[in-house]
Amino acid sequence: MKLLVFALRAFYRQIRSGEVVVLIVAISLAVASLTAVGFLTDRISTSIERQANELLAADLRIRSPEEIPATWIEIASEQGLDVALSQSFPTVVYAGSKSALATIKAVSNNYPLRGKVRISKTQYGDEYVAHSIPNENSVWVDSALLSRLKAKIGDFISIGNNDFKIDAVLRYRPDQSIGFASLAPSILVNLAAIPSTNLITEGSRVNYSLLLAGEEQLLEDYTNDIAGLMSESARISDRSDSNERTNQAINRSQQFLSMTAIISILLSAIAIAMSARRFMKRRMDTVALMKSLGAKKQFVVNVMSLQLIMIGLVGVVLGCIMGFVVENTVSNILAELFSGELPKPSLKPLKIGFLAAFILLPGFAFPSLLQLCETSPLRVLRRDSMPPPPSQLMIGGTAVVAIGLLLYYLIGDAYLLSIIMIGTITISFLLYVVGRLLVSLLSRMRGNIGAAWRYGLANISRRGRESAIQIVAFGLGITVLLLLSFIRNDLLEGWQETLDENTPNYFLINIQPEQTPEVEKIFKQNNIASPDFVPLVRARMSFINDTNVKSMVYPDERGKWMANREANLSWSNSINTSNKLVKGSWWSEDYAGIPLVSVEEGAAQDMGVSIGDTLTFLVAGEEVKTTIANIRQVDWNSFQPNFFMVLSSNALESFPMTFITSLRLDNDKSDILSMLSEAFPTISIIDLEPILQQVRQIIEKVSLAIQIVFIFTMAAGVTVLFSAVHSTIDERRFESALLRAVGMKKRMILMSLLSEFAAIGLAAGLLAATGSSILAWQIAERLFDLQYVFSFSLWLKGLLGGLLLVCVSGYFATRVAIKSPPIIVLRNN
Amino acid sequence: MSNLSLNNALVVKNVSKTVSSPEGKLTILSNIDFIVTKGESVAIVGASGAGKSTLLGLMAGLDTTSTGKIFLNGHELSDMDEDGRADVRAKNVGFIFQSFHLIPSLNALENVMLPLELVGKQSAKKIAQEILFELGLKQRISHYPHQLSGGEKQRVAIARAFASEPTVLFADEPTGNLDTKTGENIMKTMFKLNQESTTTLILVTHDKALASMCKREIILDAGLLVKDSKIEK
Repeated sequence: MKLLVFALRAFYRQIRSGEVVVLIVAISLAVASLTAVGFLTDRISTSIERQANELLAADLRIRSPEEIPATWIEIASEQGLDVALSQSFPTVVYAGSKSALATIKAVSNNYPLRGKVRISKTQYGDEYVAHSIPNENSVWVDSALLSRLKAKIGDFISIGNNDFKIDAVLRYRPDQSIGFASLAPSILVNLAAIPSTNLITEGSRVNYSLLLAGEEQLLEDYTNDIAGLMSESARISDRSDSNERTNQAINRSQQFLSMTAIISILLSAIAIAMSARRFMKRRMDTVALMKSLGAKKQFVVNVMSLQLIMIGLVGVVLGCIMGFVVENTVSNILAELFSGELPKPSLKPLKIGFLAAFILLPGFAFPSLLQLCETSPLRVLRRDSMPPPPSQLMIGGTAVVAIGLLLYYLIGDAYLLSIIMIGTITISFLLYVVGRLLVSLLSRMRGNIGAAWRYGLANISRRGRESAIQIVAFGLGITVLLLLSFIRNDLLEGWQETLDENTPNYFLINIQPEQTPEVEKIFKQNNIASPDFVPLVRARMSFINDTNVKSMVYPDERGKWMANREANLSWSNSINTSNKLVKGSWWSEDYAGIPLVSVEEGAAQDMGVSIGDTLTFLVAGEEVKTTIANIRQVDWNSFQPNFFMVLSSNALESFPMTFITSLRLDNDKSDILSMLSEAFPTISIIDLEPILQQVRQIIEKVSLAIQIVFIFTMAAGVTVLFSAVHSTIDERRFESALLRAVGMKKRMILMSLLSEFAAIGLAAGLLAATGSSILAWQIAERLFDLQYVFSFSLWLKGLLGGLLLVCVSGYFATRVAIKSPPIIVLRNN
Repeated sequence: MSNLSLNNALVVKNVSKTVSSPEGKLTILSNIDFIVTKGESVAIVGASGAGKSTLLGLMAGLDTTSTGKIFLNGHELSDMDEDGRADVRAKNVGFIFQSFHLIPSLNALENVMLPLELVGKQSAKKIAQEILFELGLKQRISHYPHQLSGGEKQRVAIARAFASEPTVLFADEPTGNLDTKTGENIMKTMFKLNQESTTTLILVTHDKALASMCKREIILDAGLLVKDSKIEK
């Protein structure tokens, strides 16, 4: 109690006197930058996720071959979730004398919960957003189906026992599959009208879906509550299952946003270490005095620890408030750009801010605290009596443990963590070694230069270890900023490819082999380059090695789904340009041996299969046993027809097949689609434009978010560097006063300080450029799957950036020292 | 007289202090031997580098001897670890330094309260106020060190030293940073409090006039005790 009271009093006095303000400000800024980035990325990520959720028409979808029990709906409503229902099933529909196979998509009133349905009044005409669903007497029909039925708006269509008026052309619904499974074009029907069709009887093949939307925590609670009630055939999907193409962009963006948070942490850690050193130096006399007056070491340790906790608490509270205010301001500015309100942030960033402060503070301040507590009471008689410096192992050890713990909590990926940690430690060590070399080199150069440079370089040389530590601090700061700059550019460029004007915007599926020459002819007549026709065979996997796929245990739930679904197989004797082999080799053009298969990397991982394993497929009642020859990566962003399984030609050529193709058609050539529909009613035309637009919107949001977060982190970095220089302000103030007292002019003192900063900045910049190049290479190739290209401009940026950043922040941080009247400084010292 | 005699405030027995230097071992104090009884006032004088401050550090338990023993109010300091010595200091020792050593972040009152708080005195504030008022600093108790003159700073330091009623008060060149007149006033105050409280005073100085205010003088020269005598008034 005595201890707490004493520590509280001392803390109150220190706050009042402004002694601990610098450390509190450093922690507040660190927490503020972390929480602001956290709040912002949290909200932006949620916004991006919501957009991605449009691909499910909900945040969460439960799909089952049995009717959704009423209790599930009741539980969801009770928990405050938005609920919608849908049913889908295939059936033959009639219009006049024409008939066609269609997919009936019956939906309840508030469908879709995410995204919008778009319709038009003519085939391929202007589309607009529908604000309701069809009434019980009408339907919205896919344009391909209209062509097949030779029907138009206003006509009637028979579905089961009921007739419905065609009210609009269904152009887009958020959960429409662009896979090749949905061969039959769809009709959107009001769910309430389904009983009147009498189509659903016992044994009907119907997919029932429960669509849910709401706060993440509510959805998680609901999933947990419902898990025990679900049958094996029911499947829960969230956005991660919804679409591979957009997932890749979203995952990258989240990885990037997490990276920015990590960078903030590293910068914050440097600031805390620097401020703690200053705190330690300023408290040394007080500790010596306390000890001389009889305070025991443990008492001093406890008092200082309590004070650090108090400093941390005040820093966290102030930092969180600052972070929230800054983020809120930025969000308000962004709201318009995001064309809509950003979702509310969660409280997670606050937790991260708190954890960051209380892991980083002891981790980076502990060695200084320990050194402080070792201050000898003899210092009251001999001011030059300094406590022994903590060992390098302790400084490095506590820092590494703290950073490691925090980063592991944040990213939970041991591999990524090890890259960042090893990179940081290696660069720190290199910077320190080179820093020491530089110091010794500079001390030899002092004789041949002017007075200002001589004093500046002498400063570096005299501080030896401290100068090297400063080079490490600046070097690390610049490294992360360069890295951020590199990754940002690289990611944006990578994503721009998705916006390529040649990206296909239509898929043609279900093309019969005999139709391909005719289709090619139509393209030729309209001056359109004939696209590649890719063969497709429907199949079901029956065995993996010799185990039935139904009784197999899979490493991932997706593996089970992958093995049990109706699969689309293709074949080719050469690898598609949007694919990359990661394991094994492709078979030769004239391969005629046992059937081989190439499996997509993710699918192989989810099913737990690798090269040499056998996959048996049931194709048109016949078994085809294949051996995995290679594993391949697929660029789903290419919008080319791509498959999880591609077989050697000899495996499937003899089976009945259809072809699919993708092509780019500009608006002025959309008549060709009508022409194709009329000539080949069995061919389904899938308009990818809405999906592409969705991807584009996501990418635009992500790019914007990255740029804003980049600016913010950059500002945080500069602030942290500023406080690093500021940590030496006391001694600089005293030295400046001394120099002025012996007659040195202000201008010369300034020049000497600038030359000191310039030398430190250049050294740190050079080393940061090396470090960030190595890290960027690793991160680009291993984390983001992007090819690394050495950047000379990165080196130049490192050098100039280091020079400018350290000189400018050094100038602003030390100008107080230069301006302080010498007499006051010398007297107070 | 026994080392542990109740009448002894301080016993310095064959004390030597050597330190390592680039040139080898350097002897700062050699075989110092003397006893100070309670209530005495002793001046330790000598030229710069004679070893006065080193001896003060050893006697107050701020530093450890290389050989020999020191007993402070019956406690053998050489046998104790740093925490043990701190405990002895808290209960028995007061300091007055040449450079005042006031904590800049604390005001005058808080500076005087500090040693009292360290030993957990409940009435720290009351005691501190009383002694500051006695030293004529009533109007200055809420002032910070940078708002005080040199003399006022030293009076605050004296108040802090006497507040905890120490057995032994160590003063290291207490007037070294003050002008002559202020220095004299400070010394008068210090000796007055010393007499009132029966505190033993050990004064380290190179100033002969100041030393003459004490009852006994110990002269050091190059680490050796060259003279230990009573001062005739």
